Amino acid sequence: MDWSPLLISLATSLAATAVTLVAGLAAAAWRQNRAGAGAALVDGIFILPLVLPPTVVGFLLLLLFGRNGPLGKLLLQFGATVVFSWPSTVIAATVVAFPLMYITARAALEQVDPHLLQAARTLGASEARIFREVALPLAWPGVLAGTILAFARALGEFGATLMLAGNIPGKTETIPIAIYFAVEANEIQRAMAWCAVDVGISIALLGGLYYWTHAQRLRRERWGQH
Amino acid sequence: MTLEVQIEKKLADFTLDVSFHATETPLSILGASGAGKSMLLRCIAGLERPNHGRIALHDRVLFDSERRLGIPARERRIGMLFQHYALFPHRTVAQNIAFGLHDLPQEEQAARTASLVTRTHLGGLEQRYPRELSGGEQQRTALARALAIQPEALLLDEPLSALDTHLRGQVEAQLQETFASFRRPALLVTHNMEEAYRLGEQLLVLARGQVAAFGAKQEIFRRPPSAEVARLTGCKNISRAHANPDGTVEALDWNCQLHLKQAPGTPPNYIGIRAHHMDFPETAGDAAGEPNVFPCWIVRTSETPFRITLFVSLDPVRAEAGEAHLQAEVFKEKWERFRDRPQPWRVRLAPESLFAMPE
Repeated sequence: MDWSPLLISLATSLAATAVTLVAGLAAAAWRQNRAGAGAALVDGIFILPLVLPPTVVGFLLLLLFGRNGPLGKLLLQFGATVVFSWPSTVIAATVVAFPLMYITARAALEQVDPHLLQAARTLGASEARIFREVALPLAWPGVLAGTILAFARALGEFGATLMLAGNIPGKTETIPIAIYFAVEANEIQRAMAWCAVDVGISIALLGGLYYWTHAQRLRRERWGQH
Repeated sequence: MTLEVQIEKKLADFTLDVSFHATETPLSILGASGAGKSMLLRCIAGLERPNHGRIALHDRVLFDSERRLGIPARERRIGMLFQHYALFPHRTVAQNIAFGLHDLPQEEQAARTASLVTRTHLGGLEQRYPRELSGGEQQRTALARALAIQPEALLLDEPLSALDTHLRGQVEAQLQETFASFRRPALLVTHNMEEAYRLGEQLLVLARGQVAAFGAKQEIFRRPPSAEVARLTGCKNISRAHANPDGTVEALDWNCQLHLKQAPGTPPNYIGIRAHHMDFPETAGDAAGEPNVFPCWIVRTSETPFRITLFVSLDPVRAEAGEAHLQAEVFKEKWERFRDRPQPWRVRLAPESLFAMPE
């Protein structure tokens, strides 16, 4: 059996999760001290990929990164084409996983007692240091939960990936795509095998998430946080 | 060092509009909840921006709306003690105290932390997390953390309200010790008049965002400038009043005519007397020739561990109806002596204890 879909799926999900973690945290931190219609609109845009059909996301990405798309043209000047390459699987997975990361990170940061941040300010700390040493450590359980959810979502990404990256075995063929084409080609055994792998990974992830949040709850009780 | 504050800040129901200065003696800010006390501290600390005004600490202007100047909180060097201490739960006592010493070399951080631990009697608790401390220990950690940055002013927001009664005395002693060695402006916000009196030298009474009184605490407690201040400083007996041509004052709610020690300068609209200044002469002879002695009926009583509050009526009909005019407070020993006397008793509102208030 060709294991490349597993490796591609894991590599894609890991890369997408890493990008999502940084971008989601940055977006959540940016959003933290803002209110108003502008911020709400940005919120909507950030969360949009969660509610749009994957085909719409895929099609929009195709328009953006295609030969005539604004980003596609820009990248072409550096001799790079994104569509139907491995990075495009990462882009698709990142875009669909981002909202989960953003929502959980934001909720976790909002739960940090604002008095702690204010106390840190009166003690002379810069905003960057407050984020690093106060907000993030206290929001970390939520951020990690968001990371796991984002990873799981990236692993399950299908529609947008298929539209942007196609199905190139050994290059852009992730597990969900492999399953789809196995079923289409009537290779039921192969489809079932990949299904089992996918279910196994997801259960491990969700179990890990549950275990982690439970352990965190105990730790937070030690800190006296609610 | 002086802290000068003159600010306006629009709040949901009213505008905080205060002007005062604080020197090296601690200043208590007394007010009911929601009077704008905490907001005032937050404006001084730089956590909130006033709409107008100016805040200056010694020779530094921290805020000036005309010059569009607002120094951020992190550059103000003002230590703030939050109501629930706001200790960092993921840092130990030592790490909490050292938080503001980030820019110093490691050895100096350690040395300063150690000295603060000693000063605030936290020895042996350095490696504990805030959760593992008692309320008093948490409070001392927060105090040490605020003092670590060698602040040029100290702001304390209800420092005792989160503590059990038996801890308060201990923490008050710690605060008094801190104030004594601090010698810079220290502001303490509280809704408890006894706390305000014990911990501050100067007193500022805040009512709905306005300064109702500002000055030496003894003077404000002795002669409250208004009925509102009298109430906030714990005066239980306040009556509407108007002056008679002969220099006496008619107490409209108590329905009696009162002599004052001196005729009031401005015509009074209110008159007050503190519950513990009310006197009950034992025999008619004791009261002979004394001004402001009236027959009275006890409507009901309420006991505290050492004192008893008497609800007194000056009118038998109203006493019958359960209506009291005045509250008196006497020690239980005294109460035991005269509780069985036949009514009516006599109550004396001593002229030197009465204070007239223009508003």
